[in-house]
Amino acid sequence: MNAPAPASAWVLERDCAETGLDPEDIRAEMLRRIGEMRASIERGLASRAPSITGMVGWNAQGLWEAPDVLNAPLIRRVQAYAMAVNEENARMGRIVAAPTAGSAGTIPGALIGVADHLGIGDERLVAPMILAAGVGKAISKRMFISGAAGGCQAEIGSSAAMAAAAVVELLGGTPRAAVQAASMALMNTIGLVCDPVGGYVEVPCVSRNAFYAVHAVSAAQLALAQLESFIPPDEVLGAMASVGRMMPAALRETAEGGLAQTPTGLAVTARMEGREPEGPGGMVELPMA
Amino acid sequence: MSLLDMIGPVMIGPSSSHTAGACRLGLVAHHLLGEPAKTATIGLHASFAKTGRGHGTHLALVAGLLGYSPDDPRLPQAFAEAERAGLSAEFREVDLGDVHPNTARIELRGETGQVMVQGSSTGGGVILVTQVQGLGVNFSAASPTVLLRYQDAVGMIARVASTVAADGVNIAALTCTRENRGGQALLAIELDAPLSPEALAFFTAWKDTNWVRLLPKLMDG
Repeated sequence: MNAPAPASAWVLERDCAETGLDPEDIRAEMLRRIGEMRASIERGLASRAPSITGMVGWNAQGLWEAPDVLNAPLIRRVQAYAMAVNEENARMGRIVAAPTAGSAGTIPGALIGVADHLGIGDERLVAPMILAAGVGKAISKRMFISGAAGGCQAEIGSSAAMAAAAVVELLGGTPRAAVQAASMALMNTIGLVCDPVGGYVEVPCVSRNAFYAVHAVSAAQLALAQLESFIPPDEVLGAMASVGRMMPAALRETAEGGLAQTPTGLAVTARMEGREPEGPGGMVELPMA
Repeated sequence: MSLLDMIGPVMIGPSSSHTAGACRLGLVAHHLLGEPAKTATIGLHASFAKTGRGHGTHLALVAGLLGYSPDDPRLPQAFAEAERAGLSAEFREVDLGDVHPNTARIELRGETGQVMVQGSSTGGGVILVTQVQGLGVNFSAASPTVLLRYQDAVGMIARVASTVAADGVNIAALTCTRENRGGQALLAIELDAPLSPEALAFFTAWKDTNWVRLLPKLMDG
């Protein structure tokens, strides 16, 4: 029996029919963007420069250079790549929004991380990246992809779903498996709030990309082993949209809830606004740029 | 919305809505002014006002006013570049009412002309322009867009549409608003391809026309 056509072939055909764009142009541009992602990973791993606030900037390199005591090189690579991209983002470096800038590390972390671990070249990442984009587009049509609209479940949940489907296709999984991976990744981010400290795309955004890049790889692993999302993908998406609508504004990128309102979060916010911190979080020391 | 909007834009961080989208709003004003900008007064609404500073929103808006795209490496130095280019920008917090939280109102002046643009950054670098020169519009700059301001007159839309057709270009969407009957009207025409300079010059030559601009496609897809 012939292997089924990859899901990305269907996505590309449909999208080009809709937009009138040339499939070869899309493929070429995706390859260029994979190169941009790779460049941001390399700059991120090479730098320890602090971000705008000084809250992040050295985590990717710190992890990359630490001894791999768990003997889990794939996980370390995926996490370091994801953090490298988001630390570049936090210091106003050049990145590829995927689908947003706050979630820019998840897809390169998972997809390029797995590819590098297995010695797969960038040309073979084009089709999986197109599938990732197709999954993002499907989510954004039904729901939302920004933390401000639907909490972090919408933002990093979308990037993790996109990445999970892409990793499945990279590793030769069926279209069904790719969709199941995306569904499982989404199912397990439902309820995640967007609570950036001080309103900056730094804490918890940088480490959250590392965590959810691994989450995406996990979802791909399950789907490639024929496991399926118990709740069908469309229903998962509906549940996520409904949770997003129920979520109070304080948990949607306003920095008025969650981690942003902890004593340390408030102290950092006060510092950034040039005020004296109040309360116990006032002890926090920031290596300012 | 295309696949390239989902994996993209290639941009300078840290926020697609506060940085890349803001830059594109600045770019709209830049193209609609059509000459080097001298002064800018930028009103920031809600989230743009509250969290913009740390997201580089101010830098990105000014970068757009200078004609830089969201991935331009000069974006973080936009204030210094503006000073060199003779552009002074002033920011203020404004309440624009019941609009998207990431909305900016840009008043831009050059040597001879001025333009007012209001628009929102709706996420992932996508924008929606909601006002030009005080009149309501509704376009995303995802395709080339012609803006045409004229004295309300019978048959104007038919003349414009037939000129566009004669240029071999298809109209994707069109909005028309006017201050009042016989007053100033504004047409925003989203196109499948840019219009020729000849067609634009033809519009400009009409006696009822006050102002014509071709805004290039600013999105990737």
